[in-house]
Amino acid sequence: MDVINAVEQEIMKDTVVDFKAGDTVKVNYRIVEGQNQRIQAFEGICIAIKNSGLRRTFTVRKISYGVGVERIFPLNSPRIESIEVVRRGRVRRAKLYYLRNRIGKAAKVRELIRKKR
Amino acid sequence: MIGLIGVKVGMTQIFDEQGAVIPVTVIKINDNVVVSERTEEKDGYSAALIGSVDKKNPTKPYAGQFPKGVAPKRYCTEIKDFEGEYAVGDSLSMDLLENVTYVDVIGTCKGKGYQGVVRRHGFAGGRKTHGSKFHRANGSTGMAAWPSRVIKGTKMPGRMGNSRVTVQNLKLVKVDKEKKVVLVKGAVPGTRNSMVFIRSAVKKENG
Repeated sequence: MDVINAVEQEIMKDTVVDFKAGDTVKVNYRIVEGQNQRIQAFEGICIAIKNSGLRRTFTVRKISYGVGVERIFPLNSPRIESIEVVRRGRVRRAKLYYLRNRIGKAAKVRELIRKKR
Repeated sequence: MIGLIGVKVGMTQIFDEQGAVIPVTVIKINDNVVVSERTEEKDGYSAALIGSVDKKNPTKPYAGQFPKGVAPKRYCTEIKDFEGEYAVGDSLSMDLLENVTYVDVIGTCKGKGYQGVVRRHGFAGGRKTHGSKFHRANGSTGMAAWPSRVIKGTKMPGRMGNSRVTVQNLKLVKVDKEKKVVLVKGAVPGTRNSMVFIRSAVKKENG
């Protein structure tokens, strides 16, 4: 396993993940079309983060024209230019798969407001 | 042909220049030593016998097979028509694989135990429902009065796996000399820590 860790360590990004499930994130993702490259943003609620070393991924869900769309991004992918946190969400679990079964207002995540002390 | 003996470490994934994920198998290449030589005059063919991993407590007859100055090896393989110069006792480095893009990997696959014909030979099987009484059985094994025996080689249930398997034309993704590691795209037969033989692809021109 040490050999695999050493191989993975080389490719791993050292960026800190500062978002959690429930946060609304904007992922700037580089798209390669033949010769051209452009950056496409995908904004939605992060519903899950799966940690497994190099292979860790996060799932972003948004409602597009009434249809739920989910994308799974590898966190270490070089195609991810940046991840912006648009809004912090208040949730009580790590995986928000229950949002898939909710429609409209029920599929909302409350905003996390930290009280000042 | 060129080749090396390695150990399967396990699988992981890496990203290519486009950022696409490539599943890779990590193979560790330990020291490979030319143990012996087969020559046209003496053996009728030319090959290099390479060995890897020192054998613990070798018996005297076993050790006697190896030339002086070469520690007895646990795993040995002949490589026919070895390309490049070598002498007995030389250790082969990973530079061999430098200009190789495709490789074949040979290993011993995982044992599957006693398996039926559906799993072992890919028989289609029958319907599960609608009154079908034929599910995963092998069906007919031959004719009747003549030849009144089962023909040899008929596919039947039995032990599956634990046999030598060659996977051809796997892309060599990376050769890491520092870590003594080779990354090959895709899966490779065998368990973790099992021996694999990696050679330049026979069916690709640039190897």
